[in-house]
Amino acid sequence: MATRTNTQSKIEYVLKTVKERKVNFIQLWFSDVLGTPKSFQITPAELETALVEGMTFDGSAIDGFSRVQESDVIALPDPTTFCLLPSDPTIGRVFCDINNLDSTPFAGCPRNTLRSALDRAHELGYSFFAAPELEYFYFASKLNNGVPEPLDSGSYFELTVSDLPSQLRKMTVLALEDMGIPVEYSQHEDAPSQHEIDLRYTDALTMADNVMTTRLVVKEIASQHGVHATFMPKPIAGVQGSGMHTHFSLFKENRNAFYDSEAPWGLSEVAKHFIAGLLRHAPEITAVTNQWVNSYKRLVVGYEAPVYVSWAQNNRSALIRVPKPKSNNPDATRIEYRALDAATNPYLAFAVILGAGLRGMEMGYELPNQTTENLFSLTPEQVGEMGIRSLPGNLDEAIREMENSSLVKDVLGEHVFEWFVRNKRDEWAGYKTHVSQFEIERYLGHL
Amino acid sequence: MEPLILYPEAAPFHVVKTLEEGGYPFIGVSLVSRISQLEPEEGWSGAIICADQNLDDAFFICRHLRTKERQISPLLLVIERTNLPKLELREDLFDDFVALPLDARELQIRLQRLFFRTGRGLVQEVIDYGPLHVNLETYQASIGGRLLDLTYMEYQLLTFLASHPGRVFDRETLLSRVWGYEYYGGARTVDVHIRRLRAKLGDQHETLIETVRSVGYRFGKNQRH
Repeated sequence: MATRTNTQSKIEYVLKTVKERKVNFIQLWFSDVLGTPKSFQITPAELETALVEGMTFDGSAIDGFSRVQESDVIALPDPTTFCLLPSDPTIGRVFCDINNLDSTPFAGCPRNTLRSALDRAHELGYSFFAAPELEYFYFASKLNNGVPEPLDSGSYFELTVSDLPSQLRKMTVLALEDMGIPVEYSQHEDAPSQHEIDLRYTDALTMADNVMTTRLVVKEIASQHGVHATFMPKPIAGVQGSGMHTHFSLFKENRNAFYDSEAPWGLSEVAKHFIAGLLRHAPEITAVTNQWVNSYKRLVVGYEAPVYVSWAQNNRSALIRVPKPKSNNPDATRIEYRALDAATNPYLAFAVILGAGLRGMEMGYELPNQTTENLFSLTPEQVGEMGIRSLPGNLDEAIREMENSSLVKDVLGEHVFEWFVRNKRDEWAGYKTHVSQFEIERYLGHL
Repeated sequence: MEPLILYPEAAPFHVVKTLEEGGYPFIGVSLVSRISQLEPEEGWSGAIICADQNLDDAFFICRHLRTKERQISPLLLVIERTNLPKLELREDLFDDFVALPLDARELQIRLQRLFFRTGRGLVQEVIDYGPLHVNLETYQASIGGRLLDLTYMEYQLLTFLASHPGRVFDRETLLSRVWGYEYYGGARTVDVHIRRLRAKLGDQHETLIETVRSVGYRFGKNQRH
């Protein structure tokens, strides 16, 4: 419960810092329903009013904010997220919650959606932590014959000579650290010009903010150097796509609720039910965790992306992996959800993943056996015989799964759920009627 | 801090004890005329008026301290619980009150609050500990002269720890005192922030915050010992 004085001291902290550090502009950041960052800029003169009352703006132009009756909403800065931009310390930024004019939380604000999901976990005594691994590509700013052009030919962990992309990644990591976003690892990934930044775990709300910030900083630093960075899930056919494998854990008070020293592999009942919930509801939440037509070009056999709904301790073809924590650190017990891609809306994705896991705990779902086989070496029929389901194969299938999901509707709330389904149906309709290069090459001469 | 007026000189024992323990300087005064005679150069920091012996005299003193020429503030009235109804329509005479029989802890907190709010007295304006300098007025912290870019929570955690050097705090205490239980992270959040603070303090100074195994964290050493 936030006391009034507490809120005032947060506000004062921001006001004084802006004054002391001679900040000229403050960017108010928020997310639309698709996870696209939005912002507007105010001056220090407007800041106090903004912090206390929020800034009213017309939400009708924002994806997922439009409503029938009222288009005005209020952006209320969350002063605990205030920081200076490393690229220009005369500019501050702060994340906002979107409220209705009567100060109640606006149902279309993804931050509010995640917060409600976290509130539910909180009521049960749990806090939810996330640690994502964001993959992305650096490309030349111009397409080469309609295809994105990689900047290097390095591959996984390659110790590249100080080339531009690695320098860009290094600068990005430093900028993130300056903004209070600790980076656990960063490395060159499998594909040419593909890089990865792993963020150190923190609570899911802060982490969703951090994912938004990271995507922006990656893109901004690249563009300052004439390079285009992209989180598009599958920008080049035939090579690895960009995912966002994310490690999740639940803590109760000071303890990792996924850990039980008595249980085999240290996996507690809570963890087993959570994984079971996530497995059972995985197809329903995929439209949210993988929200674009292009996302499904990544979820195919043959790369490090999951296709089948399975779990294992150590099997890179599994949807959920349970990495073995170092024996002296049971707090590191966690699960890794491997379907997510970095072009998701992190607020909504974390909310539905938590929702599915909690459902598993509430209903006491049984955890199926783990799958140790490499599923990618089997035929779909063989996998089917093992009783293992597939993730949706394209956006259309994913939307159909989502439409019938009371869980997703419950977690996202009516407003976001309906808008999202409508928006994604439109996207699919646009894609379905598009004639692709694939078809031209295959059919034009031949048919 | 300039001294407080304590009226009368023979104030209740627990009031005197709490003031002494809290490190509040005070001068006992029983006569109105002594108030100007004993007034320190910078003026009185405030007044504690005890109405346990004579209610009317106490109200008279309060009124006297509230006149335009004096306006001594903050003014804390100590009054018998049975006399509380007499405070009605006299709200202008005092900033806060505490009822007798006295709860020493309550008096402590009321004193802290009064002097915190008026920005006078015991409230610190800076924290200096070795290379660490925190200006509590401007909310800016620096280490070895280098300004630190801290988020609000990092700043709060640092100032809380640095204002209690040498004391070990467990995660729950830090969470309740710094975050106030409203936070989604739970106690584990404390670790995340400590790690970040250490990183920002830099290799050279990160040892200022020590991990006390299976207990919690300690900032520096108690300088009094």
